[in-house]
Amino acid sequence: MSPFERLLTRRRFLELSRSGIGAAALATLFGNDSLLAQPAGNTGSIMSGLPGLPHFAPKAKRIIYLFQSGAPSQHELWDYKPKLSDLRGTDLPASVRGEQRLTAMTASQTSFPLVPSIFQFAQHGESRAWVSELMPHTSHIVDDLCFIKSMHTEAINHDPGITFFQTGAQLAGRPSIGAWLSYGLGTMNSDLPTFVAMVSKGSAQVGQPLYNRLWGSGFLPTRYQGVKFLSTGDPVLYLSNPPGVDDQTRRGFLDDLKILNEQKEEEYGDPETSTRIAQYEMAYRMQSSVPELTDLSDEPDSIFELYGEDSRKSGTFARNCLLARRLAERDVRFIQLFHRGWDHHTRLPRSMQLQAKDVDQAQAALVTDLKQRGMLDETLVLWGGEFGRGPYSQGVLTDDNYGRDHHPRCFTIWMAGGGVRPGTTFGQTDDFSYNILENPVHIHDLHATMLHLLGIDHTKLTYRFQGRDFRLTDVHGSVVESILA
Amino acid sequence: MKIELRAIIVSVVCVLSVLCGYARYGVITTSAQNPSKAIDYLSDVQPILAEACYDCHGPNGSSRQANLRFDTDDFLNEVVVPGNPNASSLLQRLISDDSIGRMPPLSSGRTLTHDQIDVVRRWINNGAEWGVASGIPSSLERLVDFEREIRPILSNNCFACHGPDEQGRQGGLRLDVKNGFHEERVGFGGAVIIPGDAENSLLFQRIATDTQSQRMPRGNDALSPNEIEAIRLWIDQGAEWKTHWAFVPPETPGLPEVIDKSWPRNPIDRFVLSRLEDHGIPPSEEADRTTLIRRVTLDLTGLPPTQGEIAAFLNDDSPSAYEDVVNRLLASSRYGERMAVEWLDAARYADTNGYQTDGERSMWRWRDWVIDAYNKNMPFDQFTIEQIAGDMLPSSTREQQIATAFNRNHSQNGEGGIVEEEFLVEYAVDRVQTTSTVWLGLTLGCARCHDHKFDPVSQKEFYEFFAHFNNIPERGKAFKYVNSPPLIAAPTADQENDLKILDAQLQEARESFVAMESLLLESQSEWENSINASNQIDWALTDKLIAHYPFDGNIAGAVQTDTQVHTVLEDGQPHFVEGILGSAITFDGHRFVNAGNHPDIGYDDEWSLTAWVHPKAKDGVIISRASSGDQGEVGWGLYLENGKLRLSLSTRILDDGVAAETVDDIQLNEWQHVVATYDGSKTPSGMKIYVNGTSIELTPLLDLVGNRLPKRYPLRIGASGSGKPRFQGYLDDVRIYGTVLSPIRAKIVSTRESISEISDIEPEERSRAQTEKLRLCFLDQYAPHQLQEIWRKIVSLEDDRKFLLESFPTVMVMKEMYPRRQTYRLERGSYDNPSEAVNPGVPAVLPPLDQNVAPNRLALARWLVDPEHPLTARVTVNRFWQMYFGVGLVKTAENFGTQGDFPSHPGLLDWLATTFIDSDWNVKAIQRAIVTSATYRQASHVTTQEFESDPENRRLSRGPRIRLQPQVIRDQALAISGLLVEKIGGPSVKPYQPEGLWADMVEGGYGDYVESDGDDLYRRSLYTFWKRTLGPPTMMTFDASTRETCIVRTDRTNTPLQALNLMNDTTYIEAARRLAENMMSNGGNTPEQRLAFGYQSSTARRPSPGAQTVLVSGFERHMEHYRSNRSAALELVSVGQSTRDETLDVAELASYTMMASLILNLDGTITKE
Repeated sequence: MSPFERLLTRRRFLELSRSGIGAAALATLFGNDSLLAQPAGNTGSIMSGLPGLPHFAPKAKRIIYLFQSGAPSQHELWDYKPKLSDLRGTDLPASVRGEQRLTAMTASQTSFPLVPSIFQFAQHGESRAWVSELMPHTSHIVDDLCFIKSMHTEAINHDPGITFFQTGAQLAGRPSIGAWLSYGLGTMNSDLPTFVAMVSKGSAQVGQPLYNRLWGSGFLPTRYQGVKFLSTGDPVLYLSNPPGVDDQTRRGFLDDLKILNEQKEEEYGDPETSTRIAQYEMAYRMQSSVPELTDLSDEPDSIFELYGEDSRKSGTFARNCLLARRLAERDVRFIQLFHRGWDHHTRLPRSMQLQAKDVDQAQAALVTDLKQRGMLDETLVLWGGEFGRGPYSQGVLTDDNYGRDHHPRCFTIWMAGGGVRPGTTFGQTDDFSYNILENPVHIHDLHATMLHLLGIDHTKLTYRFQGRDFRLTDVHGSVVESILA
Repeated sequence: MKIELRAIIVSVVCVLSVLCGYARYGVITTSAQNPSKAIDYLSDVQPILAEACYDCHGPNGSSRQANLRFDTDDFLNEVVVPGNPNASSLLQRLISDDSIGRMPPLSSGRTLTHDQIDVVRRWINNGAEWGVASGIPSSLERLVDFEREIRPILSNNCFACHGPDEQGRQGGLRLDVKNGFHEERVGFGGAVIIPGDAENSLLFQRIATDTQSQRMPRGNDALSPNEIEAIRLWIDQGAEWKTHWAFVPPETPGLPEVIDKSWPRNPIDRFVLSRLEDHGIPPSEEADRTTLIRRVTLDLTGLPPTQGEIAAFLNDDSPSAYEDVVNRLLASSRYGERMAVEWLDAARYADTNGYQTDGERSMWRWRDWVIDAYNKNMPFDQFTIEQIAGDMLPSSTREQQIATAFNRNHSQNGEGGIVEEEFLVEYAVDRVQTTSTVWLGLTLGCARCHDHKFDPVSQKEFYEFFAHFNNIPERGKAFKYVNSPPLIAAPTADQENDLKILDAQLQEARESFVAMESLLLESQSEWENSINASNQIDWALTDKLIAHYPFDGNIAGAVQTDTQVHTVLEDGQPHFVEGILGSAITFDGHRFVNAGNHPDIGYDDEWSLTAWVHPKAKDGVIISRASSGDQGEVGWGLYLENGKLRLSLSTRILDDGVAAETVDDIQLNEWQHVVATYDGSKTPSGMKIYVNGTSIELTPLLDLVGNRLPKRYPLRIGASGSGKPRFQGYLDDVRIYGTVLSPIRAKIVSTRESISEISDIEPEERSRAQTEKLRLCFLDQYAPHQLQEIWRKIVSLEDDRKFLLESFPTVMVMKEMYPRRQTYRLERGSYDNPSEAVNPGVPAVLPPLDQNVAPNRLALARWLVDPEHPLTARVTVNRFWQMYFGVGLVKTAENFGTQGDFPSHPGLLDWLATTFIDSDWNVKAIQRAIVTSATYRQASHVTTQEFESDPENRRLSRGPRIRLQPQVIRDQALAISGLLVEKIGGPSVKPYQPEGLWADMVEGGYGDYVESDGDDLYRRSLYTFWKRTLGPPTMMTFDASTRETCIVRTDRTNTPLQALNLMNDTTYIEAARRLAENMMSNGGNTPEQRLAFGYQSSTARRPSPGAQTVLVSGFERHMEHYRSNRSAALELVSVGQSTRDETLDVAELASYTMMASLILNLDGTITKE
């Protein structure tokens, strides 16, 4: 095609966009690899979603998921079980345990002495929600929160458990939640990734490892995978120019590259080439948009005070919460924090205090901050780990020390904003927080609900792989209608 | 409506070849299609739109998308530009190659054929005339092809409830087998199908009815009018049914006739050209020679051609010049490396275990086996049999056993607390999925929980296949940081050679020693006689002694090395009593000796503890480096537990460690000698305990090593750091050896008589241990010089040999268990839900296993490569095709089942498959055929129109133009710049990686990335260390598979992260600087020459005048900048570990570096053209 013909074609497109199917449809039209090449990659630019999505009007524009890796104990934080105090040191009744399998860490333990939380609980807010003393700041925002005390899973070990939460399946290979959203909904901004993951180490220093697959794209094309921000060096891999190369030099380089690649496209006619040109331009924009995002010098002291002193330190959960708000402001759709260090098989009282201190103020600040900026209504905030912990002590129970093993049958998560009913508690567990008494919510149900809030029917967001239409919720899941605002 | 078949063929042949251009698989035609044939809206276009678009853009208002409807002429104004298909968004959406923009959406499962798209394009081109439609189009009857049209409709819409899944099957009706259709449906008023009579066939009635309660598919949208029409036609035309093509063994097809007889170079081209001629599309001309040599060199070796190779080819006038290049490349050892990359992806090869901690493993010997097999051109049947069942071949060689590591490459879980049985199932499932994807192109894994929904594979058959892979003496819980059994030592050729040399030397030394027997006997006897009362001597075994506490009146320990260990007695003063050898130390349950952080022994080491023990209580720690961890005793120690001796190593007492204790109690209140040995095998069977020189029976207590042994606790004698009871009684002569004491040496150590005392005993009265002690003492201390020398040589050679053996890499392999582990069908695929027992077998839809041999893994391996097998050869050649053209002849390279894509060139696929088999599975030969075909040699230029009508080049009317694989992008940069270090095989290496990438995510304290040094920074990317959960970023950015599961087809995406990687990564900046140095040193004298040199190094071509202008002006701009910013220039050219050529001016070098970087970033550099 001659340059003139191509020009004609382009002009024709532009005319169309004014008269006919509209700009949004036009953007969709070109997808990733065709002539007018809207640059692809979830790492920014206009990446369109699937036609027909959202399926209905969304309640939330974005999600901030504060994932607590290692599985925090519901007993010490949210699920108040006063009757355990009377039963302290007695064995978990067999009738309660039923057929539940145990991990090999406690399966050969000879007794299962019940242990109540060593921390005190009190009721807060108008919703009178019970929260432990470990979460003083979060206690103040309970009227914005929706607690789900009846989460459950099948996994009893970390790797399958966390993989299940992030991808809807216990084994590696499926796309993560954020990858599904990028695939379905595309991106809302033009110079930042649409799916960002951030990691922080917990003070308890019993961190379970994390894996790329938790924000990976599984069998979806890799452009849908999350971009993990690094806590040291460049926030995004290879973002900075090499030493000795300044912005002006880079710009000149890119201008040369553009001309040479255009010549190449001229010669070969491969639309992939023009996509590549656009991706280099996007990369260049990211070189300024990402540092601008992570440069907190424009945040007032009051904000650092709100999020806590930790927020001044790179790599902390508090800093990541603050960055999450900035990402949300810049229309990043799915922001996921992973805070490590909640795996408390032993020395739980000590570790819980450290971990709670890591997260309490900052998570409350994030909700408060979003609210005061009028963003909470359109931002779904989630908090929770991969499973819960059992009511009996792992290892020896002493006056001030005990541990808890993994427990899949019930645990607590909370949500805020984004179309979820505030100030509520959903689901109820028995006196041991061992079994669910009412309203169980499975991981698949949670995923269905998250998608629903973003305007997606979870049964209709599918991708064909190996001859089968896969979805985030596999063949399960139903929206938890009762918690919708 | 019944129509004579023959009449249809005659009357519609023109239309047919438009609509079903390649339905004529196997039919030989001599007439090319006339491309200018008029397109009729009603008969040609509307059926396509009705089928593909009406669901969302049709009459049904509530589900209509974007308020766009195609059943009225509204859409003409919106998405069609009459006369200009390129400007019509309708066409744009139909042809988009992208999953997002494409229509119909990928999620709909619908795909328009290229021919259908062609019809739409031509219709728009001809002016897009519209006609009023009336209900189901009464189109000209066309011949419906069951394989291409009907089975996909049935598979997509019916099989889920009326398919192979017996439990999910509704109403007992099965539509995936021929019998199902002809079934009389009692109570439903007729037959499912009456061939030739759609109106009276239940199938048609039920899909066509308007009655909601009757209509099928139940609960889903109705089939599209076009689908219903296709079914009607198919029934009316006789309802011919065929077995799914991929389940029928391929037969060598006849070669199609072609008009242009000059174009084809080999049979491949006949198939390709014949289809092109049907469409009236000419093939592209041959690519120019520089493009061709670059393409084929990248394809066959994964590296670019050198400038010399290019020049040689350009200057070679011989008609076989190209074939000669191909032969040279196939003979190059780089070929095996390039082929291995694809295979490593399929085999989910990695250097780590995958789950949770993702600790390191060592499987590179298998990787090197693969490279070697490809380079040797091992026939594919042998390649298959050795990897699936090399261990079961008669007198299998070590290499054949290494080959079986293929099925041990999966992830393994060492996470604490896992249920072992659960993961044993996962490992076998992974083997089934990988084996079935790689060889069969089938998604057998879908039948794990229930019968397969689409393909005729029952759940029971899944477990019969699974049984082949479920008979391995392995454990569900893997070791976290090393290989897990079964494994073998797998020395490299060099190491084997070293061993041979050592063994020869050892044998020679031993022979010399034997030859000196008379000297030995004489001199020893002389020496014994010289020992007398005035010459009291003693001696103890000191070989490999790493710690010794004689407790002769003081507590200072002596070690064999010169390091003195500081020892203190805590909790009071030392107390000594008379001991066995000199005095002994006493413990009262409080006191203990803290001997400092020494020695360093753990799970993987060999060691022995020895002591004289006089216990006064049934419980007490004898010696330990242990304390209380999170969940009990952590570390190693020798304990008295309720009167029994226990040797224990543990990371977590309940589920992570190894321990055993004596069956019988030890005697209290008397002296006895204790030896405990451990051989580094991480199992209780590797432990022995001797009391007074006699080995005694042990009870294994813990056999679950996963982690590493903590080494932070000091050596304590008489105590542990935990609350375990301390020792009460006496201890004497405590020793630690860094070896497993043999039974006789254990006896020698426990022999309390001194040398003098033994020499006083008459030789025939001496025990064997006494005799040996005397002999060893003599050789060690008193023998004549020549005897001692040869003795020490033997000892030293034995040490060397052991050291060498320990340095051998190991590799996890397959092995059979006898008796077999019984396999069960697992309800819902769950490990704890076994149902009936099953035996090894294969799905009935495929040929049976050889009935004359035992149904085991070896039989399975041979079955896979039986010439009559319908899948293996097709699946394999299809992957080769995919390597070269980016897309396989069957696009779904991983799925040849009913949900897979129909081949673009079925005849070609079968020709390749049968030719492959007939050549005795000659891998290089079939690849040579592909790359020497005219099809492969076409230029890859494309016009917009061509691109639109065939974005993926399924018709093969042009050569491949594809962005390079991640490994090739990096390897090419290293090669161009001269940094590449070519060395085949060896342990994986760790090239540049940004700091902190692992630190954020790994388990505390373990596994930070430690960059390699020197040569290892510049090895080919297939040697890059692959951490499964955190893959190498330069690879992952360019769409590498994670190696967590078997992948035989990857997407290629185009993202800004790739741009950042190529522009800023140390790898590419250093390569740019090295290329710049080359440009300056070897590229000529002027910027023009040097820039052209760099450009040609990377793209094989001279820059065009236009490109040259850009390069020169860019260079001058950089020069201007760096001349006045010399410190910046210096920074830039100092990137990377390789030394800079300091004779070059830094400003100039920096400027060329920027230009070299530009060249490495060019679309043309990272693309195969």
